[in-house]
Formats: sequence, structure tokens, C-alpha cells
Amino acid sequence: MFSGFMVNAWEIGSIVAVVGGVVGFFVVLRGAAFEAHAIPNGAFAGAAGASLIGASTLLGLGVFAVGAAIAIAFLSRRGRPDVVTALALVMMLALGAAFLSQTNQYEPEIYSLLFGEVLGVSSGEILPVAALALGSLVAVGVLYRPLLLTSLVPEIADATGLRTFPIELAFLVILALATTMTVPVVGALLIFSLMIGPPAAARCFTHRPGIAIAGSVAIALVTVWTAIAAAYATDWPVGFFVGAFSAGWFGIGRAYAVLSTRTRSQASDTAPSSQEGPAGPDVNDTETYPRGCRRWGTTWPGRLQAGSPEC
Amino acid sequence: MHYVFEPGLFSSDPVHTAVLIGSVTAVVSAVVGVFTVIRSQSFAGHALTDVATTGGSAAYYFGIAPLTGFIGGGLLGAGAMEVAGVQRVRSRDLATGIVLGAATGIAALFLYLDTTTSATTGATQQILFGSIFTVEASTIPVVSGLSALTVVSLAAIHRPLLLGSVSPELASARGIRTRWVGLAFMLSMAVAVGLSSIAIGSILSTALLIGPAATALRLTRSLASSIALACVFGVSTTLLGILLAYDSAYWDSSSQGLPVSFFIVAITFAGYLCSGIPSIRRDSMKRQRRTDDRPSGDAPVPGVTS
Repeated sequence: MFSGFMVNAWEIGSIVAVVGGVVGFFVVLRGAAFEAHAIPNGAFAGAAGASLIGASTLLGLGVFAVGAAIAIAFLSRRGRPDVVTALALVMMLALGAAFLSQTNQYEPEIYSLLFGEVLGVSSGEILPVAALALGSLVAVGVLYRPLLLTSLVPEIADATGLRTFPIELAFLVILALATTMTVPVVGALLIFSLMIGPPAAARCFTHRPGIAIAGSVAIALVTVWTAIAAAYATDWPVGFFVGAFSAGWFGIGRAYAVLSTRTRSQASDTAPSSQEGPAGPDVNDTETYPRGCRRWGTTWPGRLQAGSPEC
Repeated sequence: MHYVFEPGLFSSDPVHTAVLIGSVTAVVSAVVGVFTVIRSQSFAGHALTDVATTGGSAAYYFGIAPLTGFIGGGLLGAGAMEVAGVQRVRSRDLATGIVLGAATGIAALFLYLDTTTSATTGATQQILFGSIFTVEASTIPVVSGLSALTVVSLAAIHRPLLLGSVSPELASARGIRTRWVGLAFMLSMAVAVGLSSIAIGSILSTALLIGPAATALRLTRSLASSIALACVFGVSTTLLGILLAYDSAYWDSSSQGLPVSFFIVAITFAGYLCSGIPSIRRDSMKRQRRTDDRPSGDAPVPGVTS
């Protein structure tokens, strides 16, 4: 289980989980689940096109993913983002179908592009994936604060003079890079599970962004590791386990959130109120005022859930 | 004339079936799509095609009728999205994404089992992409019947649904149970999407659900005229796409012709882009007027005009 080709699977699975956990946190925060689904899925057309003209698959995926990200960002400026994303996705898929109709593609290759073959990774594939992973992590690190602010309180970001559009564009390009590298490894459909389930679960356990990102990475790692082990044991596709475990984590997170709010509201019902009214904002209360956002000198309107999907 | 309608177009049975099925699904998709776009549920509309596909691959494995699998999968998926919280605007995309992720995982399992247990080739591609030219004529009555049912049930709930979409507070103040209306819409969308994904494939299903409706809603404000426009766009795009796909096999004797889904999606996408032109022109005229009014050379603020 820990020898030969399985070593590659463990390594690449861990890289993908770390990137999926970090980038996925912002996907969940920004409500960009559709984009996270559409970009890697549509990039699959790039792979089909690359095999038609004999170019490298990774290059085809990259060109289509980044192209899709840019197109979605620009078209969303004058149109409903969800409509634009849907149409960009089907346009790319239709291009993919057109490319496929011109070749006699071997069918398992389509399957592996969509669902991935993490157990069949060669050691030569690890280096480019690791490089892209590092690149997207660095980009997220550089953009961390503006990303957080524009995700949570776009109005305040506007008021502070932060241009939201370049950040949105940069985020979608990061998403494109992060997904491109993972498509040949875990498949277009399953990186999506990793980007949604673990971060959404982590957000249910904590309201602090730093801890939520760490938790999201940890949950993603556990998901991938258990999925690889289960796939090795049962011979079923890894993707099935990744999808099932991710959804399971979300279920656990939701249950925890429901239980903790119930106990908290009971506690506040019984606790005696020592003072009347709030005594002004306490900026050292990092739960209400996430540390990353105090720099702007803004009043933080609430907890992390402002303007983002709630748990 | 000969160059437009290649020989055998009107006498070909697959073309007849494709035209019929394509038109019926285009109309239903357009009607459901207008509400989908108004409610900003494009993601759910697209995700349900994948969830229905999961049902299709399960049906393939268990030997059930594919139509049952597609529609059953769609209905189950819609129910699961409701449980995961699709009714709240803020968690809508997240709930959709969780269900989609789990469903694609299950699809991966069934497609794997399908391809390993039976030696049939093309199952993956057929289930995932579908083709309007391979629809069996015998499915037409079932598809038409279920389509009619979907349209009728939408017509029955259209008033509370519209109010609940535009102003949930007002709707609940009037005593409308927005959650149940939303669920009823999700279920009828699941039936419509399940039907269209088995009839015309999942790519076209999303394209015809979102494209014509979004285009129509950019051109007109009223519900009735946007539904009518969306139906016209959907049906004419489908027919034009079928015509071009049939012709494309004759364009170049060496190639195999392009898939019909490519043409329909390309026309839909182009139509959507073109429908944005009037608003761009309006905006630039407005901006022009504002800079004319202004005495100093103060640049207009972008993003304010919309």
C-alpha cells in the first residue's frame, strides 16, 4: 500500500488536498462553487483539443482553464454571473464534444480525464503539479487580505477604494491554475468535491479565517488519504470515496453547527445580563473582528458569515 | 436550396425524431429556464443534469429503464439539495455544490462498474454527452407527456413562485409558503432537466435551459413575453443546429461532421452575447451624455451607470 506507484498517489493526493483546501476556502467564502465546477470541467475540452493537435494535455487544460476564467470574469460585469458561468461551461463542453468527434479517442481516456486516475500517476507528473500548486498557494498568500475583504464585505471593500474587479479576476485565474494541475490527477469532477466539502465543513467549526483554512486543509488531507486507502482496499474508483467523504464531512459540520448554536442560545437564555446594551466594539475580539481585516480600519459588521454562505 | 438542405434531410427518420424531441425539450427548457434565471438557480439547473446522469448510470448498471433512472436521479438530487439548504439564497450554491460533488462521486462508481462488468463500449460517452440523433422514436410520447405535466405544474404555481423569487419577504407576508413553492419548482426543474438530459444530452440540456431564457430576459421585462421569446429562441436554435449538424457531414468529405450539440450551443452563446449589445449602447450613450453635461474633464465613474 505504501510502495511503488502508491507512493506517487499519496504524494500527489496530498498536494491536491492542500491546494484544494486553501483555494476551496475562498471558493466557499465567495460563493463561487459554480465557477469552481465550470472551470475544471470546461478545461477538459482543452485536453481534448490538445490531443487533437498533438500538444501537451497540461498545456491544453491550462489554456482553456485560464481562458474560461478570464471570459467569466469579464462577461460577469454585465450579466448574471451564474448565467455567464453556465453558458461558458456549455460552450467549452460543446467545443470538447466537437474535438472528440474529430478523433477516435480511446474511451477510458475520457473517463480518466473526468474522474481521474490518481493511482496511475507517474513520478514525472508530480513536478509540474507541485510547481503549479506552489504558485497558486503563493498567489493566495499575496492576495490573502484583499481576497478576504472583498469576499466578506464587498461594500466596505468598495468604500476603501479597493478595486474588486481585478481581485475577482485574479481569484478566478488562481482557481483555474489550481484546478488545471489537478484535472489529470484527480479528474475534473472530483477536485470540485475537495474544494467544496472540506472548506464548508471547516467553516462550520470555526468563524476565524486562519483556523478555518487550516481546518479545511486538514479535512481535505484526511479525505484524500482515507479515499486512497479505501480505493486501494476495495478497487473502486478514488473519486467515489472523495465525493462521498467530502459530502459526509459537510454533514458532520452542519450537525455540529446546529448543535452548537442550540447550546449557545440556551446558554445565553439562562445567563444573567450584566450590562444594558453593548459597550462599544471590542477590537480585540478576534471572533467578531477577524485579524486579517483590522488593517483597513473598518468597522466589521458581524461575524464571518456576512455576505457569504452561512452554515 | 440544395446547398442549404443536403440530400436526405427530410426523408431521414433520425432527423424527424431529433426535430420533434428537440423542439419539445427546447420549449419546456425555455419555460423552466425563465424561472431558473429569475431565481438565479442556473447552478442548480446545471447540477441537476449531472445528478440525473448519475441516475442514468445507476439505471444502466441495475438494468432499469434509463428514463426512470434520469428522472429519479434528478428528483432525488433536488430533494437532497433542499435538505442541504438550497432554499436560502446565501447557502444556495454551496448546497448545490455538495450534492453535485457527492453525485459525481457516485456516477464515477457506477460508470466504473458499468465499464468493468459489461463489455459495452461507448457507455461513458453516451451517458455523459448523449446525442439527439440516437433518440428512439418510442420515447417521444413519454417525453411529451412529462413535458406537458411540467409546464402545467409550473403554470399552476407561477404567481407565488414569481413573487417568492422577486421578493421573498413580501411573499411570506402574504402567507405564501416560499419554501414549499421553491421545492415544487426544484422538483419540476428536476423532471424537465432529467427529460432533456436523456433526450438531448447534458450539455444541450443546460444550454437550452439557460441560454434562451437569459437572452430573452435581457431583451424584455414581462414574464409572458420573455417566456414566449425564450421558446422561439430555443426552438429556432435547435432546428438550426440540427440542420447545420446534418449539413456539416457534407462540408468536407474527409471529416465526420460536427456534433449537433456544438452547433446549438455555439448559436445559443452567440445569441446571448448579441443580446448584451443594446445595454452596452445604452450605457455608452448615458456615459456620453454625462460627460457632455460635465463642464470639467472629470472622468465618469465606471460601474455606476449600470
